[in-house]
Amino acid sequence: MTGEVENGRDDMVIDEPQAESMRINAVPDGFNPNYLKVYYGKLFPHADIFRWMSYGTDGKHPGCDQSFFGRREFSFTLDNDIYLRFQSFNSASDMENAIKEKCPFKIDIGPVYSVDPAKRHAYAQAGDNVFTPVERELVFDIDMTDYDDVRYCCSGADVCLDCWPLMTIAIKVLDASLRDDFGFNHILWVFSGRRGVHCWVCDAKARRLNNEQRAAVAEYFRVYKGNENSQKKVSLMGQALHPFLARSYTNVLKDFFERKLLSSQQLLSEERYEKILDMIPDEGITSELRGKWQDNRRSSMAKEDINVFRWDQLKHLLQSGKQKAPGVRRCVEEIVFSHAYPRIDMEVSKHMNHLLKAPFCVHPKTGRVCVPIDPDRCEEFDPTNVPTLSKLLGEINMGLRTEGDEWDATSLGQSVRYFRSSFLQPLLKSCKEEIESSFIAKKEQSRNSLTW
Amino acid sequence: MEIVRSQTKASGPGVIPTIPLYRCAPALEVRLEDFEVFAIDRLRVLKGISDGLSRGKKSDEMEKLVTHFWKSNMKHPISSEVTNKDIISHFVLRLVYCRTEEFRKWFLSIETTLFRYRFQLQTSDVQRALMAEFELPYKAVGNVEYEGLKDKLTQVARSIGQSLPSGNAVFYKVPFEEVPELVATRKVYIQKGHAYVAMNQVVSLVVTQFRSHLSKALVLTNRKWTSMIREKESDRLTPIVEALATSYLGPDYSQPKEFAEISLKDIDQVAKSSFPLCMRHLFEKLREDHHLKHGGRMQLGLFLKGVGLPLDDALVFWKSEFSRKVGTERFDKEYAYGIRHNYGKEGKRVDYTPYSCQKIISSTPGVGDHHGCPYRHFSEENLRAALGKMGVSSRALEDVIDKARNKHYQLACTLTFEAVHNSSCDAGVNHPNQYFSDSQSILKGG
Ligand code: SF4
Ligand SMILES: [Zn+2]
Repeated sequence: MTGEVENGRDDMVIDEPQAESMRINAVPDGFNPNYLKVYYGKLFPHADIFRWMSYGTDGKHPGCDQSFFGRREFSFTLDNDIYLRFQSFNSASDMENAIKEKCPFKIDIGPVYSVDPAKRHAYAQAGDNVFTPVERELVFDIDMTDYDDVRYCCSGADVCLDCWPLMTIAIKVLDASLRDDFGFNHILWVFSGRRGVHCWVCDAKARRLNNEQRAAVAEYFRVYKGNENSQKKVSLMGQALHPFLARSYTNVLKDFFERKLLSSQQLLSEERYEKILDMIPDEGITSELRGKWQDNRRSSMAKEDINVFRWDQLKHLLQSGKQKAPGVRRCVEEIVFSHAYPRIDMEVSKHMNHLLKAPFCVHPKTGRVCVPIDPDRCEEFDPTNVPTLSKLLGEINMGLRTEGDEWDATSLGQSVRYFRSSFLQPLLKSCKEEIESSFIAKKEQSRNSLTW
Repeated sequence: MEIVRSQTKASGPGVIPTIPLYRCAPALEVRLEDFEVFAIDRLRVLKGISDGLSRGKKSDEMEKLVTHFWKSNMKHPISSEVTNKDIISHFVLRLVYCRTEEFRKWFLSIETTLFRYRFQLQTSDVQRALMAEFELPYKAVGNVEYEGLKDKLTQVARSIGQSLPSGNAVFYKVPFEEVPELVATRKVYIQKGHAYVAMNQVVSLVVTQFRSHLSKALVLTNRKWTSMIREKESDRLTPIVEALATSYLGPDYSQPKEFAEISLKDIDQVAKSSFPLCMRHLFEKLREDHHLKHGGRMQLGLFLKGVGLPLDDALVFWKSEFSRKVGTERFDKEYAYGIRHNYGKEGKRVDYTPYSCQKIISSTPGVGDHHGCPYRHFSEENLRAALGKMGVSSRALEDVIDKARNKHYQLACTLTFEAVHNSSCDAGVNHPNQYFSDSQSILKGG
């Protein structure tokens, strides 16, 4: 077994004290391997995952590449942290049986390789680079721990309804840009099971991007400069914001910052406002604001949230006509970006062969299912209300089902239905069209080359 | 004589000179000398660019550097031959650098950089002509579309501190994945998968094309090389190509110096002050063990020849050590010949010129061997100890280790030089003999 760990995320290994992980989870017995077995046996949508990963190649059309699904890497994390990489399957039933038998705590999805990844060693002798990734969804991973310097309600692995809007913002900003700027259509957002979200961009064009192009998209989304060892800092240069940033600001960031984050995170409370004043490069303004805020601490501010009130004062001062220096005027935006703009894990997006947890896995710490999130309704998503393993098993035991799929009558039903109708069906339709048209094009081409 | 298209156009009267795109191999007769000489000239340019990049030179410095190296190496006395030299040298180096993944990567990245700067230095007319030659399937954005996007395009221009050219600015609409560097830095407006590339940004577009074409071509060349050329040209081109791959491009150290820079009586002292680590190590091992295996004898012996140790002195030197281990008789019989041989052959044959850093770094010392480049072949622990012994301060030492760790062996050696001599070494270390003579000129001059 190879111990290569491409995906160094927290949720891969189970290493935290039990108590901490339970905070989000209302059901104390949220996870255990026996439950998982039932889950894979009765609820996990094997067939849907297979159809997704096949991208239409499981059809009857002569243009279908029958080897496609079999070249996809899956990896399983088993009980005891045993990590199996380069698993591959020849058919839907192959995959389903392996999952049921091995009962993995986590399933990761890797790229489609040039050859069957399970047989990669056989090809290794054949010369250079026969075994190489050829297709992979463009993926994004956003994790709440990366926001620890701007959220005060929780830290580390915990999330609550006060910080979750940070994820909502990320979904809104990225989803809009992926569609409007980059022209992608088949995008799946998934709850990571505890404290973040994953994004799968599945358009054919996205799947075929090379590493440099993936990195370019990820960089396009990045506004933070500096590295892990230095304070994350946003710096917005230039006389204007790039249209993408400007649009994100007016459509999403500003509103969320002012309506939610300011007061939920108490960003301008006594203990915290200095941090924001630090971001203003003008001594005169900061001392004026400090003076005002020290005063109005005493006056009662019953009718309005003090954070919002102070924010208005700050904006008024910074954006008033008197301020000529662009650095000072830009400061309001910089503060908003620093506290609200999405922070993506660049490494996950940049490399074709990075693994990412499959949707509908169960998070071993929280017992929650990694359900899809509808980006158009992401504001309604409540991470503390996602079905847990024990809840689902309870529902099965109640025997609500009369006919059809087991999941249908459980609280997982709506997630599977969303996955099918809003993501999978349109995706497969376009895959089918592409297979047909490229088949025709190839035939044309071979006909032309014959007449030569 | 059949040459690539750009050449035929360029040589016509009144046509602006341009850059060849190296689309197809020149079908012209190349004299063997030209084959080698042109290639070496171009290699000097590439090497210069590569050093500049690894030293972290900024874009404007790189532009000057590329121009400088190009002008000083790629001239030709007959002006009509300039483009031929350009093309021939490029194709010869393709043969040289097609053969391993690492070579291909290096060549691809440096040739692409070279092309980028040469392209940028052209007038926009030439640039447009070149774009046409690439047959890029992109059209300039039409008036109606342009008007609709003008606000956004202006906004992007302002966000990168530029302004939109007045009147009808030329923009190309291309799939975003063709211009990754512009996307990554948000220097373009993107809408529904298309990036709008301004005329002054087309270099990225062209460079992407150039790189992808060359990348494919290198793989093909490699296939051809292994399947036929190597065999067919085994007595003609193959030895040249193979020698070029490890060749060194600085001053010629193959001839013994007229005036010895070094004499036997102070060789120990000079070894301490002016030998690069690779030679110092061999020298010390020889003194210690009274023996060196073949690889070590070649590396050190040719180096000593290069620094001007006369043949007679060399024989005395080697004999004094080896005889203590194997006896005088065996030395005379088995080892003296090799030393004379190193001196006996003149010039030409690559093997008997002192080894360059590149050659030493790419050597593969085995058990009992002490040759090679310590920055590459030593464990970190041993390297630290060796550097400490050379008197490298602990602060400089970390930098050196860091460079070595990142596989910049020659830069690590350069930093060592600078630390030991307390003086900068702008050209970098490319050859142990150059290290030696730079060191001597500092010590003697100072
Ligand atoms: S870089 Fe060159 S001179 Fe320096 S130790 Fe290595 S081979 Fe010798
Ligand atoms: Zn919280």
